[in-house]
Amino acid sequence: MRVALGGTRIDRSRTIHFRFDGRTLAGHPGDTLASALLANGIHLVGRSFKYHRPRGILSAGAEEPNALVTIGEGAFAEPNSRATMVELYDGLVARSQNAWPSLGHDLGAVTGIASRLFPAGFYYKTFLGSSRTWTGLYEPLIRRMAGLGPAPTAADPDAYDKVHAHCETLVVGGGAAGRAAALEALGQGRVILIDEGVATPPLDGVRLLNRTTAFGCYDDNLVMAVERVNDHLPPGERRGPRQRLWQIRAKRIVLATGAHQQPLVFPNNDLPAIMIASAGLTYLRDFGLLVGRRIVMVGSSDAADELRAAGAQVIEVAAIAAAHGRKRVASVTDGQGTRHRCDAVLMAGGWQPAVHLHSQIGGRLSFDPARHCFVPVVDPSRARLIGACAGDVPVDRPSAPVAGPNAFVDFQNDVTLADIDLATREGFVSVEHLKRYTTTGMATDQGKLSNLNAITRLAHNLGGAPGSVGTTTFRPPYTPVTFGALAAHDRDQFIDPTRTTPMHDWHVGQGAVFEDVGQWKRPRYFPRDGEDMRAAVRRECRAVRRGVGVLDASTLGKIDVRGPDAASFLNLIYANGWSKLPVGRCRYGVMLGEDGMVFDDGVSARIAEHQFLTFTTTGNAARVLDHMEDYHQTEWPHLKVWLNSVTEHWAAAVVTGPLARDVLREVVSDVDLSAAAFPHLSWREGRIAGHKVRLYRISFTGELSFEVHCDSRFARPIWEALLAAGERFGITPYGTEAMHVLRAEKAYVIIGQETDGTVAPDDLGLSWVVSKSKPDFIGKRSLARPELQRPDRKQLVGLTMDAFVDEGAQLTAGAADTVMLGHVTSSYPGAVDEKPFALALVTGGRQRIGTSLYAHFGGRSLRCNVTDPVFYDPEGVRLHG
Amino acid sequence: MLTIVCPHCGARDQTEFRAGGEADRPRPADPFALTDAEWADFLFMRGNVMGLQRELWVHAAGCGKWFSLTRDTRTHRFAP
Repeated sequence: MRVALGGTRIDRSRTIHFRFDGRTLAGHPGDTLASALLANGIHLVGRSFKYHRPRGILSAGAEEPNALVTIGEGAFAEPNSRATMVELYDGLVARSQNAWPSLGHDLGAVTGIASRLFPAGFYYKTFLGSSRTWTGLYEPLIRRMAGLGPAPTAADPDAYDKVHAHCETLVVGGGAAGRAAALEALGQGRVILIDEGVATPPLDGVRLLNRTTAFGCYDDNLVMAVERVNDHLPPGERRGPRQRLWQIRAKRIVLATGAHQQPLVFPNNDLPAIMIASAGLTYLRDFGLLVGRRIVMVGSSDAADELRAAGAQVIEVAAIAAAHGRKRVASVTDGQGTRHRCDAVLMAGGWQPAVHLHSQIGGRLSFDPARHCFVPVVDPSRARLIGACAGDVPVDRPSAPVAGPNAFVDFQNDVTLADIDLATREGFVSVEHLKRYTTTGMATDQGKLSNLNAITRLAHNLGGAPGSVGTTTFRPPYTPVTFGALAAHDRDQFIDPTRTTPMHDWHVGQGAVFEDVGQWKRPRYFPRDGEDMRAAVRRECRAVRRGVGVLDASTLGKIDVRGPDAASFLNLIYANGWSKLPVGRCRYGVMLGEDGMVFDDGVSARIAEHQFLTFTTTGNAARVLDHMEDYHQTEWPHLKVWLNSVTEHWAAAVVTGPLARDVLREVVSDVDLSAAAFPHLSWREGRIAGHKVRLYRISFTGELSFEVHCDSRFARPIWEALLAAGERFGITPYGTEAMHVLRAEKAYVIIGQETDGTVAPDDLGLSWVVSKSKPDFIGKRSLARPELQRPDRKQLVGLTMDAFVDEGAQLTAGAADTVMLGHVTSSYPGAVDEKPFALALVTGGRQRIGTSLYAHFGGRSLRCNVTDPVFYDPEGVRLHG
Repeated sequence: MLTIVCPHCGARDQTEFRAGGEADRPRPADPFALTDAEWADFLFMRGNVMGLQRELWVHAAGCGKWFSLTRDTRTHRFAP
């Protein structure tokens, strides 16, 4: 009910309209949704989480646990908005939550009758039985009955912003104390003042952020805050981002965050129109309205005269034994048993300083018995607290809690005094256990109006002072933050960079199907004329085995290792030796971790006496460089060697197949391509289309192969020249899928597929790579550990079978066995014959060649023959061709 | 989020760095002089101290410099 007095925040000269549950109502600019509803005499605004109790507006600020509504419609809808914090605008649409069929007649309220069935810890007690009982019965039931507003299902259409800021002084809270502190700090550099509300007039020289909530305080004076840039405007007037996330690093932090007056606990203390006393006063002073005509005040009567002057009847009582009413309080019984008719109750349960930001970073609290609240312990190394949040709060005369039905401690999570008492009796005597067992303080309001009462009751039950049980941990966020604000610009294509090769557009033009390899987009296969993947891969594989194929290998990691000690450095990094590798030659290398397990593999080429080019797997390039830098800087800084990533500088095309040399002869100049002059595992410099190229004879397919590496800037013309030259040989672009089939037939391992950090070189049959003569290299000592000598280590073998087997399938000796001997690491149809084959890691695998195993996957068992892992050209005749 | 001082670039946000574990445990100059148990101890065991700890960091998203500093594992404060 609006009155003539007060109303500093509203503009009475203008009227705006909004809708609540379909009803069109009027308010003034400056109103919150809560004040506008109260001005219209509406106290019932929602139903409670568990028992569907009718609930009203308890507070006038951020601490509100009850008045949660959905604002906006469709994809713009925002559930669980606190009506006390929603600024009214013309055309605002709000809906109540958790009520069916309507707020006034909620069928769910029958659970209120059955509330004896939902005691503390009901999650743990009620839902016994099989897991099917849970998924089939309890869970859907609870989901329908309990909860908050539904999240919109459409993608969030709003834009959000993120800002970093730095200042000498950050003041949180724009009340009198905060404003004074901001002005005082002006001489000491930049000052930012954050205020949750709007009313604060600007201060000269101070950067003022209105409508901004500091929700988290982190190490080294980092404060995260969210600014509601546009939420207070009608949708048509919104410009720019909806909200902005602020990450503020400050030299000094001053907290002036105020205090929250607490509720009292008595039966039916949750009825609509039973409110926090200071909120009743705020509604009069700021919004010019009375929350009732006949108001009972309990715990404090400081403002009674002010309410009377505004036209209310005020009854002052020392305690309330119970409240009565259905959808709004109608009367109370006081401590002496006298019944008083009323239409509102204002309760004062003592003030708890808002110490959240102080506590989030480990600031300590102590209990102050005189003011009955937790106050911050002053610590000069932390944020300074001033005003009410430092404990400078009024003293109420709160009455003792009164047990009985529906005496609520936590309004939002429907936790009663009886629940706290039950939990204590059942032995939950730690404040952290009490919280988890009863869920008190765990709702989105973070217990701003419940923790003090819950902790006090627990201490009382244990016969101690309130300070004796401590407090629960304060964690960010202080109030709920939208995912949109946290994500800000980091959404859709901006979540992660996308890396493409210089030939990417060509692949797109050819209709390639791509796969993600780390951040890279790599063509997986190139379907033609409606081919599915299997048909395309079969065609690509056959082209490589019988003619010639071409693969974009630009994504391979490339590290330039140079300096007088380059070879010595690689000798320590790799398991194999590099000193004797002549300039112009390449060598396959395996890199181990210090634990002796395979970390990466790839070919390195000696470019000059003091320069190597090291190739890494696509996904491991950054990790390998980090690994090398780590050892170089921390263990062997005396070695004169420099490491640089040149992955992006060089593009690469693999020309592979029996006709590879014929294709290159068409386009390459300045190089003798004959096998005698340019053998396997060597490299030469030449020219294609006028550009310098490096040709490497490296094969990952088992066929005669040339890798053509060039400056990335000229990659596209060189790629096209290769394709033009190969046209009459039927050159076929192939993707990573065919590459995998071709390499698996040769038992060339993929790091991360055949290896998982527990696989040593010998397990993969790579003992031949490991140098016997080098005194030391990373992993050498570990290879001598007894564990690495065991004959029953898992070893790489091949499998053949009649049907396709899933990668990851477990392997056993007998069809009905349950002892797992290993697993399938790679599984494909053969490149040419399409017969299924697989690679597997099997306990003592090399001893099992010639025997059979059973693969288990998808509820099936399949007999597999164990074979040598090399299926194709074991003598290596073709790749030396 | 911590502010970490890179010896090369100065004070930067923690997100630019990667922790490298406990410092001052150099790789043995001759690993084969160690028994299997001693080598396993070097490989797998860490002090996990509560209090001041020397640790390695790398300015991974910056200059790439590896360096060590002292941090109190209880408070996250870096010692000067």
